[in-house]
Amino acid sequence: MANTDNNKMTIIATKGTFDWAFPPFIIASTGVAMDKEVTIFFTFYGLNLLLKDTSKLRVSPIGNPAMPMKMPFGPKWLQKIDFGPKLPNLFWQIPGTEWMATFLMKKTMAKHGVAKMEELRAMCQEFDVKFIACEMTVELFGYDKSDFVDGVEFAGAAKYFDEAASGDHHLYM
Amino acid sequence: MADETLDASGLNCPLPILKTKKALSKMDAGKILDVISTDAGSVKDIEAFCNQTGNKLISTAEEGGKYIFTIEKA
Repeated sequence: MANTDNNKMTIIATKGTFDWAFPPFIIASTGVAMDKEVTIFFTFYGLNLLLKDTSKLRVSPIGNPAMPMKMPFGPKWLQKIDFGPKLPNLFWQIPGTEWMATFLMKKTMAKHGVAKMEELRAMCQEFDVKFIACEMTVELFGYDKSDFVDGVEFAGAAKYFDEAASGDHHLYM
Repeated sequence: MADETLDASGLNCPLPILKTKKALSKMDAGKILDVISTDAGSVKDIEAFCNQTGNKLISTAEEGGKYIFTIEKA
């Protein structure tokens, strides 16, 4: 079916942790697969999602009290325990624990057949999702345009409105 | 009989949809695609995908934990 103007969707992606990298790319790639025309406007920490080097993306259990913390391996009884509410915030201040939480989340995702963030991002680009990086925050955080993947457009808030004007489906993430 | 078969076993949302879209885009209208998935969520998702894209969901079957969707490309 042809893309029409009222079939357009925009997403504002503002979060830059490993866990929050997924919702914008999942919704955007599914949207284009279902014949929508999709634009993602990445601003503030959301710029992380466009970096060529995504190794700094981590999931932080600190200040993330709703996050389930289950082991992706080991005996069944162990995998059932949710360590999230059991471990005090103090624990997550020990160096290396954030890295460990990220590692375990990646393991869990792989086990469940969830795509890698880079894979979803590449699929978005293959399906022509438009990526716009907020120019102001790119400068504010001292990024170089070459830090980002190819095909990113750099523009400001007015450009977002221009993109959103013809659509009827707009999400803030 | 299907013209093409896509095995999306072991893949989770949204990969079965994305792979289905890719497979269909390489096919001609009227051709039949079988999609095999182990993701229970794909039952509603493939139906929704077909609703929105105009492709025709001819049948859905379950066989030993696997779902088989037969889609006619619009």
